[in-house]
Amino acid sequence: MDQLLPLAAVVPLLVAAGISAASRFLRRRRRILDAIGIATAVAVTVMLIVIMTRAAHGDSVYWFAGFRPSRGVAIGIDFAAGPLSAGLACLAAALVSAAMIFSWRYFEQVATYYHALMLTFLAGMVGYCLTGDIFDLFVWFELMGVSAYVLTAYRPEERGPLQGALNFAITNSVGAYLILSGIALSYGRTGALNMAQIGRDMARHGPDRLVVVAFVLIISGLLIKGAIVPFHFWLADAHAVAPTPVCVLFSGVMVELGLYGIARVYWSVFGYGLGHRQTVTSVFLALGMLTAIAGALFCFRERHLKRLLAFSTISHAGMFLTGIAVLTPLGLAGAAVYVAGHALLKAALFLGTGIVLHRLGSVNETWLHGRGRHLRVTGIIFTLAALGLADLPPFATYLGKGWIESAAATRGFPWVTAVFIISSVLVGAAVLRVAGGVFYGLGDPPSESPQVAAESSEETSETQAAKQRTPLSMIAPAAVLVVAGIVVALLPDLGPVLQASAVRFQDQAAYNATVLSGAHIPHPRALFPPEDTGVKAADLASGFGSAAGALLLAFLALYWKRLPVLRRGFEPGTGLVQPIRRFQSGIVNDYVAWIVFGLACVGGALAFTIR
Amino acid sequence: MTAAQRRWLFLAGAAGFAAFYLWGLTGLPGFGHYPGPYGDIINRIAVAQTNATGVVSAVNFEYRGFDTVAEEYILFVAAIGVSTVLRQLRGERERAARDEAVGRRVPPTSDAVRVLSLMLIGPTLVMGWFLASHAQTSPSGGFQGGVVLATSFILLYLAGEFLVFERVSPLDITDAVGAVGAGGFAAIGITAVGLGLAYLTNFLPLGSTPGAVSSSGTIALISFFVGLEVGAAFVLIVSELLEQTLLLRHRS
Amino acid sequence: MQVFPFIVVAWVLAVGLYGIVTSRHLIHQIVCLIVVQSSTYVLLLGIGYRRGAVAPYFSDIPVHTPAVDPVVQALALTDVVVEAAVTALLLSFAIQAHKRFGTLDPHELVQLKG
Repeated sequence: MDQLLPLAAVVPLLVAAGISAASRFLRRRRRILDAIGIATAVAVTVMLIVIMTRAAHGDSVYWFAGFRPSRGVAIGIDFAAGPLSAGLACLAAALVSAAMIFSWRYFEQVATYYHALMLTFLAGMVGYCLTGDIFDLFVWFELMGVSAYVLTAYRPEERGPLQGALNFAITNSVGAYLILSGIALSYGRTGALNMAQIGRDMARHGPDRLVVVAFVLIISGLLIKGAIVPFHFWLADAHAVAPTPVCVLFSGVMVELGLYGIARVYWSVFGYGLGHRQTVTSVFLALGMLTAIAGALFCFRERHLKRLLAFSTISHAGMFLTGIAVLTPLGLAGAAVYVAGHALLKAALFLGTGIVLHRLGSVNETWLHGRGRHLRVTGIIFTLAALGLADLPPFATYLGKGWIESAAATRGFPWVTAVFIISSVLVGAAVLRVAGGVFYGLGDPPSESPQVAAESSEETSETQAAKQRTPLSMIAPAAVLVVAGIVVALLPDLGPVLQASAVRFQDQAAYNATVLSGAHIPHPRALFPPEDTGVKAADLASGFGSAAGALLLAFLALYWKRLPVLRRGFEPGTGLVQPIRRFQSGIVNDYVAWIVFGLACVGGALAFTIR
Repeated sequence: MTAAQRRWLFLAGAAGFAAFYLWGLTGLPGFGHYPGPYGDIINRIAVAQTNATGVVSAVNFEYRGFDTVAEEYILFVAAIGVSTVLRQLRGERERAARDEAVGRRVPPTSDAVRVLSLMLIGPTLVMGWFLASHAQTSPSGGFQGGVVLATSFILLYLAGEFLVFERVSPLDITDAVGAVGAGGFAAIGITAVGLGLAYLTNFLPLGSTPGAVSSSGTIALISFFVGLEVGAAFVLIVSELLEQTLLLRHRS
Repeated sequence: MQVFPFIVVAWVLAVGLYGIVTSRHLIHQIVCLIVVQSSTYVLLLGIGYRRGAVAPYFSDIPVHTPAVDPVVQALALTDVVVEAAVTALLLSFAIQAHKRFGTLDPHELVQLKG
């Protein structure tokens, strides 16, 4: 019994309550609050590192209130931490720490509740990652969601945050209720809420309509959180308006947690019961590809920095889902390292955007063109992170992308590589274009779009405009995150260890035995054979290729107007995607209509093949 | 999208989804045929194991108590969220002090309502307290009791005494009570950890008689803290929402 | 009529979603969201029901009396609390949105699009 498991989730909750109870005392003592918040987040990070290393050779299982399962039936709630789940929670805690350090000098005035909300958000994410009970998963999902809604609307004096928070809250609540309906259905069949137990009982029964519908309901809710097309519309609205340190968490981990939920539910609960692995692969692969391309196109035409980064997150979410979709250990390991690399780099990019907002008072690429020249360090950090986002080796992203590509090729989808390179090039080019234009004044300023100007004019009050210096507490976390984005890829034995963890994560029988009978399974069995994780020429070529392509496209976009032949055509990016632009209407009614439509499509696809 | 397009998109999706969902629902064992085993096992062991005769409370505060920790924090976040989102308005009041419906005559509270509300406050408080402290024996508990406790504050408002309402439940205090309620539950769990037991283990004596007020160990204690948290959260939410309209009206 | 309660579940869910999609008033839309959630109450309690069984309270009946499932009732209670919390939050967003935009029509709350 590892007492750290509950503490990792409960300590931030207790501190949040403590801060809130002492709010009258702490209101005028901002630094104490900041220090408490940072210390808590760092402590949780350390706890999770310990949990992660302890779980390397088998999941740590913790039964709350001491109710161990008797004869294979769980009567209490458990936490079951494996290396991947604890690692993701650890990533979340690390990003919360970075975001809170960044906030030290960022907000001019911050009410007591900011810290309490960040801590409840953190607790929600940790509990969600570690839990082994499907209803508990829903409860932590909701805690995470409710905290996130409030953090999105943290500046209610403006219009954008309210609209963003409403769209976010309504769509994600619909998602949560879909998840709950799915949980209820699987409970109706198995009379169990423990994931391992549901999985075991469903495997006995074999796939039927109830299993299919329960699975689709649960994953649809998680696809909404994971921002997969066509469930993704809320994301750009919420990201554009949430305070920058909060965006770090939204893009860096919250979206990925939705996808983690899909992986967890698939491999711990529905995998055996559902069978038909080919169909499952096809459905998720189609969603992933669609999302990767659509997100990249939206990203490339965007001029609002935060929205641009938000769309790039959507594109990457599609790639992560692809890593899950191939169902092989290498694919999942690739998704894991890709998530980690992306989180670190995307967090650095958001913090860089926050510094730009802090110093220059805008996030409008057009307006900012050439005005960031004096922000040298920020410029370097931003550019490096942008290159990392374009999967340049040795950033961890290239490993993730390479692994997913080779896993997909092994399963017979070599064209995944092409789609990945296209979306990496588009996303990388968009961010590099921003870096070149804003920090180095390259090329011509893009033509002004009045709507972007209107949106970004509202951004100023998050932090008071035009500061003379960039505080160290803002630069340092960003720099550390970029360096960490390289270090992750250089960890010794990363490939074998991650793949072994992925094999363990995917072995439903081993998970069942570990959770329900406390067995120790030293050698989990792989459904699909593990593959070579060494650095291959193909990975490097794909990484360098997309980085080079991104650089080229970024230069083309910056110097478009000076190209003699093409310039009369259209502004790159705008003409290309103008027709699909109106889908992102900002009206929540449309978003919910798309959710229902997507639900019908996913459900239909699975219903007609599995039955 | 135009309204028509949206409707068609939805209807197409909803038709497919409804068919799909109904198809799945028919796979259930049928109404009235709960298959078990989770609930049956709990029904069989709960009374002997916890000395609580209200099994739903035993599930909420003991077997699945950890859900309730998170759940209570959802309410806690909602309460501080409402004050976070509405906080700016408080600073703005001077600037934006106009009645949203200017021509409307606000009738004074009638004496009947006033007297009835004032008379009900005491019994409601007692009722809330009773419910919050009898989780282990009856279909009640901290959530139900907390809501009833909050109702008594709302009756105070209904009696036309909003200013009293504000004085009786100043936001800082309500906030602190809520935080103590939320933190208290989590702290009971930690106490068990300190004693070397699993988180939230029932470490108090269970009493000798099933269903007595003093029975069931931590269940009653947790229920009490939940009652505090729920009551405070609802008072906070309601007063924040009421404040939006009422003080404006008071000024004009 | 073993399926009837579950048809109600699907119906309530569909009606709520239809309301959210077609609504032109935020408060109405939030209430529709509650309707969507209500379908989960019916579903949970419907699943846990056992014909002829009593409520799971054993204060004045013998412990081995057949009772309905207490777990789904506890889950429904959690669900209700979640609903109250989310509704309160959404209403406070709506109040602020009305102050900022001067309207509660979701179609006119479009600061962000494209």
